[in-house]
Amino acid sequence: MIRSFNALLVRDLKLAARVGGSGVMGLIFFLMIVTLIPFALGPDLNLLARIGPAILWIAALLATLIGLDRLFQADQEDGSLDLLRLSHAPMEIVVLAKVIAYWLVTGLPLALAAPFLGFLVALSPEAMLAMVATLLVGTPALTFIGAVGAALTSSLRRGGLILAILVLPFMIPTLIFGVSAANAAVGGTIPFMTPFLVLMALSLIAAVVGTVGAAAALRSGE
Amino acid sequence: MQGLRLSVNNLACERGERRIFEGVSFTLKPGEALVITGRNGAGKSSLLDILAGRLHPAGGAILLDDAGERTLSECLHYVGHRDALKAALTAEENLTFARDFLGNPALKPREALDAVGLAHAARLPVAYLSAGQRRRVALARLLVAHRPLWLLDEPTSALDTASQETLRLILEGHRDSGGMIAASTHSPLFLKDAKEIRIERLVPPPSAGEGGERSEPGEGASSIEHGPSPDPRSREGHPLPNSSRVFPTWTSRKSGSGTPDPDGGEGKTGEVS
Repeated sequence: MIRSFNALLVRDLKLAARVGGSGVMGLIFFLMIVTLIPFALGPDLNLLARIGPAILWIAALLATLIGLDRLFQADQEDGSLDLLRLSHAPMEIVVLAKVIAYWLVTGLPLALAAPFLGFLVALSPEAMLAMVATLLVGTPALTFIGAVGAALTSSLRRGGLILAILVLPFMIPTLIFGVSAANAAVGGTIPFMTPFLVLMALSLIAAVVGTVGAAAALRSGE
Repeated sequence: MQGLRLSVNNLACERGERRIFEGVSFTLKPGEALVITGRNGAGKSSLLDILAGRLHPAGGAILLDDAGERTLSECLHYVGHRDALKAALTAEENLTFARDFLGNPALKPREALDAVGLAHAARLPVAYLSAGQRRRVALARLLVAHRPLWLLDEPTSALDTASQETLRLILEGHRDSGGMIAASTHSPLFLKDAKEIRIERLVPPPSAGEGGERSEPGEGASSIEHGPSPDPRSREGHPLPNSSRVFPTWTSRKSGSGTPDPDGGEGKTGEVS
């Protein structure tokens, strides 16, 4: 079972690194959104610093969504999904391996790039650190929630739009607590840990519900 | 693995509320091969899909004896129309993944590619391979992991004659070591003593009008012929067990699939979606 998990994880990481993989796309998209906002708002550093965490979080959410529709669809189209069904490992392990691989090539780079993008929205050093922490803890929740939508829309040809409509409402709690934790780090009345712990809890819940849900959706597929 | 026995009883398949076939029964014992024939859209691929666990049967049962704790899907290889290869990875990487993922490793990827005559292409991304070569890489997957039952959906499509002979030898080798094979095909596979099952769909009565074959689910009943590979031509006028109706000429709204001949091997899927 561990062998199957590792094999699939390695395969997906390789695919992301090859030509046409989604590896850097999410990161570039993230950068584009964050650079667009200051152009739209004008050079008001105070305003930018105040809404900076929110901008970064929305950008991260959209960047997570952008490649998510291919998560299972690519395997569905070339028949690999039929191969994945033949494993000793249950479908949940398959989903877990694919989602972790996806997070490693999208969510993790986003979190690590957050300090550099923080410059563009005039974040203070503490706020940058808080952004990294909240994105590290919060993006898994986004990926796991998105995986359920990706599994449900895997056999649809233009599933990307439906996927976004399906999963965005479920991402709102993560967004709320992610932004409020990042804001709490730079001041405010609530301590940082309160929203941060809720964010952690959301990620853990999403990991369980997302894995089981996506596996169920894939099983009933066709 | 020894003594594994697959029995299929009265299997029925529905797709989109339309009954595609019913009453399919057969058993496979170690070393046996089953060839599934039938015209385009008769349900050959659907039958294999049901066995592979991709579709749920509308009726009937699939039993696997002496499989221990393994489920049916853990005992089989499935090579379908979609070759399940990642175009960005090399042939060898694809097979390495299949070997690690499926468990029960057998041949090394290099050896398996050698067996299908593709050792020189091991380091090429699959995207650069031709259709026949891709098919051979997909068939090499059969060799990298031990699985007693092989489900093959038109395995010879896109293969040249030399590769078809290689495939036949691989299949016979698998049978000799106690494996089972179920293959749907339009062209003969030349497997010795293979069972044959023919999936046939009844055409509705002429009063239902032209193209009415897609109407009532019950009307699209099917019948099965068993027996050791009869000449396809000899079935014309063969009395079918569950119908005394005389066959009218096959009429269909879709052109191309209208011939009653079983030789429509354009590589089209028999699946109706």
